[in-house]
Amino acid sequence: MIYLVRDYETIHKVSWGVLLVGVLFHTCAIVLRSVAMGRMAVANSQEALSFFAWVLVSIYLIVQLRLNLRILGSFVSPLAVLFMLVSSLLPNNIVPISGAFKSAWVVFHVATLFAANALFALAFSAGIMYLLQERNIKGKNFGYLYLRLPSLERLDKINYVCLIGGFPLMTLGLVTGFAYAGTVWHSFWNWDPKEISALITWFIYAILLHERLAVGWRGRRAAWLAILGFSAVLITFLGVNLFLHGHHTAFVR
Amino acid sequence: MSHIVLLGMNHKTAPVEVREQLALVCRTHTDTLHMLHHLRCVEEIYLLSTCNRVEFMFTCSCLEEAVQEVKDLLKLHLGSPAMEHSDSYFYVHHDMDAIKHLFRVASSLDSMVVGEPQILGQIKAAYRSATECHTVGVILNRLFHKAFSVAKRVRSETMIGSHAVSISYAAVELARKIFGELHDKKVLLIGAGEMIELAAEHFVAQGVRHIIVANRTIERAVELAARFRADTVPFGHILDTLKNMDIVLSSTGAPEPILRFKDVKLRMRERRNKPLFFIDIAVPRDIEPRVNEIDNVYLYDIDDMQGIIDLNREERRKEAERAEYIVAEETIKFQEWLRTLDVVPTIVALREKAETIRQNELQKTMGHLPHLSERDRQAIEVLTESIVNKLLHDPILFLKQKGERDSRQVFVDHTQQLFNLSNGNNACTSSLSEGMMRPKKQNDLLKNS
Repeated sequence: MIYLVRDYETIHKVSWGVLLVGVLFHTCAIVLRSVAMGRMAVANSQEALSFFAWVLVSIYLIVQLRLNLRILGSFVSPLAVLFMLVSSLLPNNIVPISGAFKSAWVVFHVATLFAANALFALAFSAGIMYLLQERNIKGKNFGYLYLRLPSLERLDKINYVCLIGGFPLMTLGLVTGFAYAGTVWHSFWNWDPKEISALITWFIYAILLHERLAVGWRGRRAAWLAILGFSAVLITFLGVNLFLHGHHTAFVR
Repeated sequence: MSHIVLLGMNHKTAPVEVREQLALVCRTHTDTLHMLHHLRCVEEIYLLSTCNRVEFMFTCSCLEEAVQEVKDLLKLHLGSPAMEHSDSYFYVHHDMDAIKHLFRVASSLDSMVVGEPQILGQIKAAYRSATECHTVGVILNRLFHKAFSVAKRVRSETMIGSHAVSISYAAVELARKIFGELHDKKVLLIGAGEMIELAAEHFVAQGVRHIIVANRTIERAVELAARFRADTVPFGHILDTLKNMDIVLSSTGAPEPILRFKDVKLRMRERRNKPLFFIDIAVPRDIEPRVNEIDNVYLYDIDDMQGIIDLNREERRKEAERAEYIVAEETIKFQEWLRTLDVVPTIVALREKAETIRQNELQKTMGHLPHLSERDRQAIEVLTESIVNKLLHDPILFLKQKGERDSRQVFVDHTQQLFNLSNGNNACTSSLSEGMMRPKKQNDLLKNS
């Protein structure tokens, strides 16, 4: 497995290049592994995490192209590195190919949810940056970060854009999940811990979106909620995989 | 060797009356630079005249005489009682110090407000008029281009220009950190005093198009609004106007706050929590300090602004230290280039001598061979040229390399003796006496080998 090694400090061009090369290598690694396994390499927690890091960095690179917000990278890349580290610490169980995996529904379910989670991760990073910068401006404290961080409105905008992109994807992912569950287990809702926490996450983001659109929530509260939302994502994604058991564990042992 | 001299006065050395008098004279005499033709000792000259400084930069071979000449000329043109003590107002730097001074001025390190960007443009303009009058040559041309690149380096490698040191500029910088782009933002100005006017200028310069003025006396509000193509609102309607504003700048003489915590808080929901930035530069304050506690509202009072400015001054001072280092470094580099100039006359003389010999010999030979065709003649010409060039290539390269060293004079002398170059240099005659013994030594060496 190839790590995404990067230097996100000073020379942005270099780090961009490194990120790009890292992503390319990572892509190769994932594809090779998938081919070797004869299935998509997202079957266990380790693979899923590494895949998630890949999606995160890819989406960051795309967003970066559009928004040109370099400092976001210094928040996103450590996150990706963290995921890769956790991924490498987890046991690498090779899950036998089960019938439950061979369906276009599953691929769609996984792809949309991963993309949504990556966007939420960006919103999370932007949220942290917002809170830092907000504190600087409110508290009249002008340090190094104040100079480096972008304007509040811009950060809020990123938060919003990621939410607008991520929420429909997440909804789609959940719906396909339920639909698939319906076809396999003949029941849409199984009180599976993962399902429950996913639904909680979905509600958090639904509230955030609603408040933003209807009430005009923005800034600090929106940033806090984006952070909370992403914590819920992590719990759904990791906590449930590792510590609780449900029928999702069939794939993610 | 020619000297580079800088003679001038600035805000530190001369009172404003003297400076303005001199600047006035320099400006009215558009042909100041043509004075060069009256100056016997000066080779190249340039003149900078701004509100804070008047400086001459020139090159010459005799330092004292040239400085005296320029000073005399100035006194002649000014001829006023103020110039009687003029010597104490002037500073004179030469060579390394002059170069360093120019670099510092161009990088805005010697300015009244360190880091202000105008000075570079003024130097560029002054240099341009000097080139138009043909009063600058090889040395000053190179020096000024170097000065421009030093200034650019200082600007890009240090943050000397990036810290706001005036209240209105600091306000604009803060607004940028909150809103990013300012061109679609709306600014409300409460009051119509000088500070408000200054701030309005800055916001307009940053692309703000929507400005609204509220003042107790309508006449003044209308007057100010006309200047910035702004609208006015009655003073009593300020709270209702808040709904659509993004930046509020207040400076009135009101004894009580005009904007209170609960008034602003109520308006935030109306404006769907869009950020609101208050700058209160009035004393006593126009806006209740508690307003800063509201979400998405940012309030800065005069002390906060002053704090930013003080901080920025400190930052600028630190950056200025880094800039000084760059200037010192570049000065040394330029000095090195200047030294290589010493070897240039010798190289030129060497080339000239070789060329003369070649031409003479060529003529002689061609005279003996009238039957040659045009092609053959050309071939012979090319042959002689390439022999000369190849033969001279190594000595010239050697001289250029040694040009940066302190020992260059020894090599220049040797070359001149070896090739018997008499270009009228003082250095040449002085070294002739000892030169008499040297060839002997070399002969000995040749015999031994």
